[in-house]
Amino acid sequence: MVAVEGVWKYFGDFPALRDVSLNVSRGACLALLGRNGAGKTTLLRILAGFSKPAKGTVTIAGAAPRDLSARARVGYIGHGIAVWDELSAEENLRVFATLYGVDRAQIPVWLERVGLLRVREGLAREFSRGMRQRLAIARAFLHQPELLVLDEPFTSLDDRAIALLQSLLREARERGACVVMSTHQLREALELASDVVLLKNGRVAHSGERTEEMLKDPAWLYARYGEG
Amino acid sequence: MNSFGAAVAIARKDLRSELRSKEATNAAVSFALVILLILSVAFEPTGDETHAIAGGLLWIVFAFSGTLILNRTFARELQNDALEALIAAPIPGWALFLGKATSSLVMMLVVEVVSLPIFAIFYDVSLVWTLVPVLLLGTWALVVVGVAFSALTVNVQLREVMLPLLIYPTLVPALIASMILTGNLLDGQAFAGDNLTWLRLLVGFDIIYTALAVGLIDIVLVG
Amino acid sequence: MREKAIYILGLLGAIALVANMYNIFLVLPDEANQGAIYRIIFFHVPAAIIAFTFFFVALICSVAFLAFKTFKADAIAVAATEVGVMFATINLVTGSIWGRNIWGIWWTWDYRITSMFVCVLLYLGYLIMRPAITEPTQRATLAAVLSIFAFADVPIVWFSIRWWRTQHPGPVLETGGLPHNMAMALLYNFLALLAIGTALVLVRLRSEHVQREIESLRRLALVEA
Repeated sequence: MVAVEGVWKYFGDFPALRDVSLNVSRGACLALLGRNGAGKTTLLRILAGFSKPAKGTVTIAGAAPRDLSARARVGYIGHGIAVWDELSAEENLRVFATLYGVDRAQIPVWLERVGLLRVREGLAREFSRGMRQRLAIARAFLHQPELLVLDEPFTSLDDRAIALLQSLLREARERGACVVMSTHQLREALELASDVVLLKNGRVAHSGERTEEMLKDPAWLYARYGEG
Repeated sequence: MNSFGAAVAIARKDLRSELRSKEATNAAVSFALVILLILSVAFEPTGDETHAIAGGLLWIVFAFSGTLILNRTFARELQNDALEALIAAPIPGWALFLGKATSSLVMMLVVEVVSLPIFAIFYDVSLVWTLVPVLLLGTWALVVVGVAFSALTVNVQLREVMLPLLIYPTLVPALIASMILTGNLLDGQAFAGDNLTWLRLLVGFDIIYTALAVGLIDIVLVG
Repeated sequence: MREKAIYILGLLGAIALVANMYNIFLVLPDEANQGAIYRIIFFHVPAAIIAFTFFFVALICSVAFLAFKTFKADAIAVAATEVGVMFATINLVTGSIWGRNIWGIWWTWDYRITSMFVCVLLYLGYLIMRPAITEPTQRATLAAVLSIFAFADVPIVWFSIRWWRTQHPGPVLETGGLPHNMAMALLYNFLALLAIGTALVLVRLRSEHVQREIESLRRLALVEA
């Protein structure tokens, strides 16, 4: 589903990603680990279509990430919630429904799912932090993406939102979608993950299935590769 | 995914958002009134000469107060990282650009419609309907260049300073054409002879810069 | 190798310039209408042509960068733009002096000098925006787009201001046709100034390359720390 081959990304002369290759198959969940500055966010941004690699190829269902067909299949949650404060929850989702070609009838379904149906007409800026996060989750899942790209998704979520996200990710994988997420919350991520990639200084230091060892001692990978 | 539908959706969401917060238009209208006041101090409003330069003064008001709106075009998307969501959405760059340009055009027209009667009163000029095409074409020039450079400078330091610095030299031909046309039309002239040439220049400028902006917007936003 | 090129070019240009000065000031006669001041066109006109030549080089390199992502192209673009702005300023200053001498005013709003002024502003914006972007790849990309926007405006600016000036006439700096000996002097000066300009671009290229290396080493050091 997702194929990354020999990807290099430079910021000026500095290589943020060096010869990175990995594959993600349908239904899989890849946990992308590494210290800050290792290149996780850079790689995720390439997958989500925000930047282009200098060398190498990236394909999502056979198309480049910037292709319209690929973008229609990707759901992204980054550090910001990416909703508009002056619009209501419903209006926000309506914009995204139009952008992604989703039937409007789906909107109340998703609002219900994330527990915001009751406040559908409330403006996003009036929402509590947890509610804003749940709106962001609705935004990302609205168009039934086949690839979910999540940059440290559990970092600022409250318990309710974490549980919601975990169940949505499970459902998504069951219908054949795949997930790539970077995280510092090793325990939550490794529970969900089927595969693990560790980035160190822009290179892939380890790539493989998530093992029982990792579950038992989440910091095992970091210790093994001298991340300390 | 209908691209035009996407552009319309983006324009509508900008306008809806602006209608609720009025962040840019309030500031722009106030700024326009302040400039009108200052200009009337600098140029005695009832003098004969002022009548002749009325066209120029009007576009000074529009160009300067417009920066406040144009600056916000892409800057308003930085809050909550909404810009990323727009770039990631499956819409062509030109649809995003057109949506943004349309909402900016509407906002600028609002500022102009409010300032025009006040300008007419301060400077004792009679407004004519022939001004409408010049207003639309001239404002589109402002908007196209302004929105393109707003996208260019969205992640640049000192964005608010950079934008005027970059757009005004670029807009010189469009501003000259708009100013002269407005002055001539307010003077009672029709769209004939020299005025037609200025109009053609304005249309040409609009076409060239719309094409450039639409063509380069993807590179500007994604790299 | 490049250092040698810089020195040779610069030296050749300087020698040619000095030799030509002798010709310009001591050999050529005064012009009929304008007197001695006309000699300024030997600098005023070549400076304009060289400025636009370098702006065009910057355009080509900007397009090349967007197509191939080579930083060399970006470095040439900024070097060429800087030297271009320098020559454009020389054109403006000499034009201003000329106007002062002929018309008694420091700024004549002649269409050529006005258009050149707008072009200087366009490219000054380019030069001011560049340092405001910290990330090198983004800086090169956005600067390249800006260079394209700027060069597209150059012909439009010239046409519009010339048309404006035909409607609202003002003082004009006449260059007119030149007799053969003066035309040759103009050509020699043009070549000499072009050589000096190219040498300056090469010098600037070097400093740009060093600057980028420092930036990337800095970033590397911070990551390792």
